[in-house]
Amino acid sequence: MTHLPVSVIGGYLGAGKTTLVNHLLRQANGLRLAVLVNEFGELAIDEDLIEAEEDGLISIAGGCICCSFGNDLIGALQRLTQMTPPPEHILVESSGVAIPGAIVSTMLLSEAFRSDGVIVVVDAETVQQSARDDYIGDTITRQLSDAEIVVANKMDLLPAASRDQLMDWLADAAPNAIVLPATRGQVDPAALLGAVPNPGSGSEASHSDRLFEGMVLAPDLGCDTDWLAEQIATGGFGVIRAKGHLRNQSGAMTRIHTVGKRWEVTHATEDHDVGLVCLGYRDALDKSAIMRLVEQSA
Amino acid sequence: MSTTIYSARKIITMNPNQPVVSHVAVRDGRILGAGALKDLEGWGDYTLDERFADKVLMPGMVEGHAHTMEGTLWRNVYVGWFDRMDPDGKVWSGLKSIDDVVGRLSEEERKLEDPSTPLSGWALDPIYMDNRRVTRHDLDRVSSSRPIGILHASGHIMNVNTKALELAGLLKPGVNHPGIPLGDDGLPAGELYGPDAMTPVGPHVGFDRALTDCDERGLIDYAKLCVRAGVTTSTDLAAQLTDDSVAMMLEVTGRPDFPARIVPLRVFFGMSAEEIVTYVVKLKSQSTEQLRLGRIKAVADGSIQGFSARMRWPGYYNGAPNGLWYTSPDQMLELYKRALAAGVQVHTHTNGDQATQMALDMLEPALKAHPSPDHRFTLQHCQLADAAQFRQMAAMDMCVNLFANHHFYWGDEHYRLTVGPERAERMNACRTALASGVPMAIHSDAPVTPLGPLFTAWEAVNRITASGRTQGEGEKISVAEALYAITIGAAYTLHLDHEIGSIEIGKKADLAVLEDDPTEVDPTELKDIKVWGTVQNGRIFAAEDL
Repeated sequence: MTHLPVSVIGGYLGAGKTTLVNHLLRQANGLRLAVLVNEFGELAIDEDLIEAEEDGLISIAGGCICCSFGNDLIGALQRLTQMTPPPEHILVESSGVAIPGAIVSTMLLSEAFRSDGVIVVVDAETVQQSARDDYIGDTITRQLSDAEIVVANKMDLLPAASRDQLMDWLADAAPNAIVLPATRGQVDPAALLGAVPNPGSGSEASHSDRLFEGMVLAPDLGCDTDWLAEQIATGGFGVIRAKGHLRNQSGAMTRIHTVGKRWEVTHATEDHDVGLVCLGYRDALDKSAIMRLVEQSA
Repeated sequence: MSTTIYSARKIITMNPNQPVVSHVAVRDGRILGAGALKDLEGWGDYTLDERFADKVLMPGMVEGHAHTMEGTLWRNVYVGWFDRMDPDGKVWSGLKSIDDVVGRLSEEERKLEDPSTPLSGWALDPIYMDNRRVTRHDLDRVSSSRPIGILHASGHIMNVNTKALELAGLLKPGVNHPGIPLGDDGLPAGELYGPDAMTPVGPHVGFDRALTDCDERGLIDYAKLCVRAGVTTSTDLAAQLTDDSVAMMLEVTGRPDFPARIVPLRVFFGMSAEEIVTYVVKLKSQSTEQLRLGRIKAVADGSIQGFSARMRWPGYYNGAPNGLWYTSPDQMLELYKRALAAGVQVHTHTNGDQATQMALDMLEPALKAHPSPDHRFTLQHCQLADAAQFRQMAAMDMCVNLFANHHFYWGDEHYRLTVGPERAERMNACRTALASGVPMAIHSDAPVTPLGPLFTAWEAVNRITASGRTQGEGEKISVAEALYAITIGAAYTLHLDHEIGSIEIGKKADLAVLEDDPTEVDPTELKDIKVWGTVQNGRIFAAEDL
């Protein structure tokens, strides 16, 4: 059974979830994204992206779609799996007060889906103040504590001097997350969605742009895949995401996913090329240390 | 244009100018007059109808917070702790043990022929059974081959058997969900907490996804319950109001023998503030005499016993973390502004005191932006409001509809566990509301508790909990105040007090026909008064003929 990857995008109202979703739709690059929103009114899809709107389903240029799930997320997700062709990646844009971890737990009740990351968008300028708000403060801190990737949006509005302080604060508030600073939701879709093309052995990952960089690990021999995945996710080597297939020490093919500090190694069929692509910020990705990891894991 | 004059043992009018009269004249479904026969004779020819000569009449009661889905739920097996009357008038005895629950379910199970038909039950409440956890194994004793699902009284928890879990694909190890506790064997124990956990299983056990809306038969059955409770106008407080359901409700309520006026509110979920206000304004124009559309229900937080209500400091008595917002403050503010600008009324569910404060804090700027005399925005449940909050409601001309019944059914639980003694004593503070000058109604939230305004009034007067304790002596109200709350009081929160709520010239001929006098019986017996039936828009509905 294929597990359809689902990313949950949370964050309080005004943080920039919708801007981010529009950006991802615009940059989908042939990837068939399905966007589920809690309610249509919250989602202002840029008009030039909309091809058609029918029966509560918005068709978007490039094969993407968007619909609302109201009170029945599972039902809406299941309807997506029955589409032909099914989407390749699902984005769930949760309501501003939803706790994204709860959405992931519910989604994982069905074996059809795989969590591809809890993304929490915050307004870099106001998040610390909002987190102290009597009404919504604990909602925001709960969202952040569930986050695997934090998109710190509107960084351009933040004075340079405050940026380090924000990063420190986010490191505490979202201890399990990698933080991606952004302006107007401009984040590399590959970094955010793990929609990284499966790498061929030895090839340079093709998605990298000037901000992000990818590298491909393709050891000839099997390695301790659990240890390697854990190190890549938690070792502080600047990897935002890793995805691909490697053989373990007994020679069996495994599928590896890491997002933020979470990692996952599962059994895979033999019909995959060996190769693990790691993606991170160009200036933060410690390529030589990662290469050493591979040697150590052999 | 015929006139009928009814005599009665006593007619309680709720009109302070003549609180008690002997006769009421009805013409064209409306009250032509109330008073002595000689005063009414001046209207011309009439027929004197003495069928109510030994009855006590009062204004048809108004249920300001209930859900017509109660009518639909009765098609499932009742397994509640308390005795409860179904739409056909049969009283189902309360079940006092899990064995009794299993026994009744087994009895009903034997009546089903097709072995794959799901068996569904409702109104289970294990808190009265020493909080014993019900598991799938308990329900497997009823059947291991037929899917079974039992909804709890709160509506927030469901118990299912092994077969149901299997059909939903949940009978597997490794389930990791806060709403699905696991048994010692690592498999789901059969309890499902909250809609997220219930939704995947519901369809397999006969509980459809759209549980909040009634269907045609459900609406008819609900109206029967109204007649049995003396209710002539009821809200349906959180409906989806799709085109189909509105069409169904218009057709059913328009039938000549449909005995109640229904006031459905469109719930603020799945639409933006802008959309819902536009939607509801459009609905309003479809209103009929018997179906009053055009109002919005917003939900600020969850429930107190589910620990999802939003609490101010110091929070839950047992230390549980604060609850959840169902609507964010920013969305609430936008809804209030747009609704006030469009002249649409909003009723807001607030359970915890922080949710109440949030609604107050959002309404204030909205009112400044759109000054709206007589808006009558109403807080529903509002169970934990303190005196300062009631004063603030009064200052903003808000109304409140307090959940008196809840105090009986869950008051002990709140005292012991959720909010602790001090706040449990002041829950549903009817006395403070009235003293602060806040127009007040009281409610059942049927199906959460049974529809029955006389019971609700009894509880507001006596404040007795299920264990028999008096909780909150200082918040008791008088019988007269309680009767006002279930008639004019509730009508006022719906902008309907000019049409219903009192027996007075020009109003709808809506009457509750009682076997006894609520103002004369011992206040502790208010709930035991038998309801003969109702008169609605001049049409007579005897409970025993339904």
